[in-house]
Amino acid sequence: MSAEQGQRQIRCLVAKVGLDGHDRGAHVIARALRDAGFEVIYSGLHRSPDEVVQAAVQEDVDVLGISILSGAHNTLVPRIMDGLAEYGAREDTLVLVGGIIPDDDTDRLREAGVAEIFGPGASMDEMIDYIETNAPERR
Amino acid sequence: MTNGDEGAPADSDASDSDSAPGPGADPDPDLDPLIADLLDGEHRALARTITKIENRSAGYRELVSQLHAHTGDADVIGITGSPGAGKSTLVDKLAATYREAGLTVGVIAIDPASPFTGGAVLGDRIRMASNVGDMDVFFRSMSARGTLGGLSTATTDAVKALDAFGKDKVIVETVGAGQNEVDIVRTADTVVVLVPPGSGDDVQMLKAGILEIADLFVVNKADLDGADRTVSELREMLQLRDGEAGTGGHHGFEETTVDAGSERTGESSDTTPDAPGVEPWDPPIVETVANRGEGIDDLIAAMDDHRAYLVESGQLESKARTRYAEEIRTLLREDTRELLAEEIDARGGLDEHVDAVLRRETDPYAVAEAVLEPLADCVAERRERD
Repeated sequence: MSAEQGQRQIRCLVAKVGLDGHDRGAHVIARALRDAGFEVIYSGLHRSPDEVVQAAVQEDVDVLGISILSGAHNTLVPRIMDGLAEYGAREDTLVLVGGIIPDDDTDRLREAGVAEIFGPGASMDEMIDYIETNAPERR
Repeated sequence: MTNGDEGAPADSDASDSDSAPGPGADPDPDLDPLIADLLDGEHRALARTITKIENRSAGYRELVSQLHAHTGDADVIGITGSPGAGKSTLVDKLAATYREAGLTVGVIAIDPASPFTGGAVLGDRIRMASNVGDMDVFFRSMSARGTLGGLSTATTDAVKALDAFGKDKVIVETVGAGQNEVDIVRTADTVVVLVPPGSGDDVQMLKAGILEIADLFVVNKADLDGADRTVSELREMLQLRDGEAGTGGHHGFEETTVDAGSERTGESSDTTPDAPGVEPWDPPIVETVANRGEGIDDLIAAMDDHRAYLVESGQLESKARTRYAEEIRTLLREDTRELLAEEIDARGGLDEHVDAVLRRETDPYAVAEAVLEPLADCVAERRERD
């Protein structure tokens, strides 16, 4: 029956975390994801890791995109990952990081559970393809 | 006024006598694990349940059925108004005030989706600044995915999830444009309509149809120029409506209809009369400045008054009855449609019929009758047998 057939739609949270007021990139990405047919929740600026976790859990997003340009990713991202784990949301949330991340830090972020890191110059199509391919299958 | 209207979709908030115990009840082995977790107070389970409701994933109907027994305790408040009227900011302050009073809050904020891609940017969350880090405010953004009538069903079901989870207050926030949105706010016990100052002359208010659905008006941004004028225009509109109600009495409502000149605005458009001795409800106009938190206490007091009125007049129950009836009808319509779609598929689709219609050998009415005939026969046969 068609009412039982899912109308699954990928939901994304685009989050700005910490003391970083540069949201042009996040806006551009939110818009591109919307145009790709995703539902995008935008957090607004200056969110704490707790707020990002709260939003990701309540909105039950498939994808969490964290935008950080401040250099505090080594502190903030693991805190978000821990928060997600606390609510049992870490396993089936695809966590992406965008921003200026030095090569030396990428391994650490991946170990923390970040699936992919998109730096300057990453193409929007690449990102959308990545999300469509890797968005977690939900039970 | 929306109360008791047959067109209102059903909802979950009646103080039904069949309300089962909430969280903490004995675990039921038949219960879906997700629902068991939800009733246990796990936020993740609540979030996932709403996702399944939104996606209409396989088995979502089972989930909603299991939720129903645990609903009926929450006050459902609908908030609507034009974009930029300050709905999200007001909801944020309302939620914070309720939290101070020790109540838990669930919010469903509905934003439009692109009709072209189905994508959406859901931005209401940005305004929820007063409740960050407070998991007892459960805020959920929903997009108006374009299924016919599907949005109000999904909203109703999501409200049930929040109700069953144990939220004391459930707020549904939506842009008040179009039938879909009006249907959604009608699922609420109390409908609050936000009117920003300078929102056009009284004709605009008439056009928007807001007078009919509001239990309460809020003139937000009351510190702006023109707020007083908006308030007095609103009041005038309401009094005009009183006049009509007073002279009309067109719903068999004579005993409780009020004098044309009085401030009172009867529930005269209602199909369910008030209990004797209860004054009809007069939608108050509350002035607020939401971003500064001014007037929020007045608004809450007015909403509490309305709630008390609903209880006293017996409308809470009668509203719930009409809502459940409408919910059942909506589900039946959906199911019947699917049953027919299956039947059409099983009989090789419509193409041949369409060809015949094109060749003028038959007509659409005859085709519809022919497709429906076996079903109608089955139904008639069963009815006789039972």
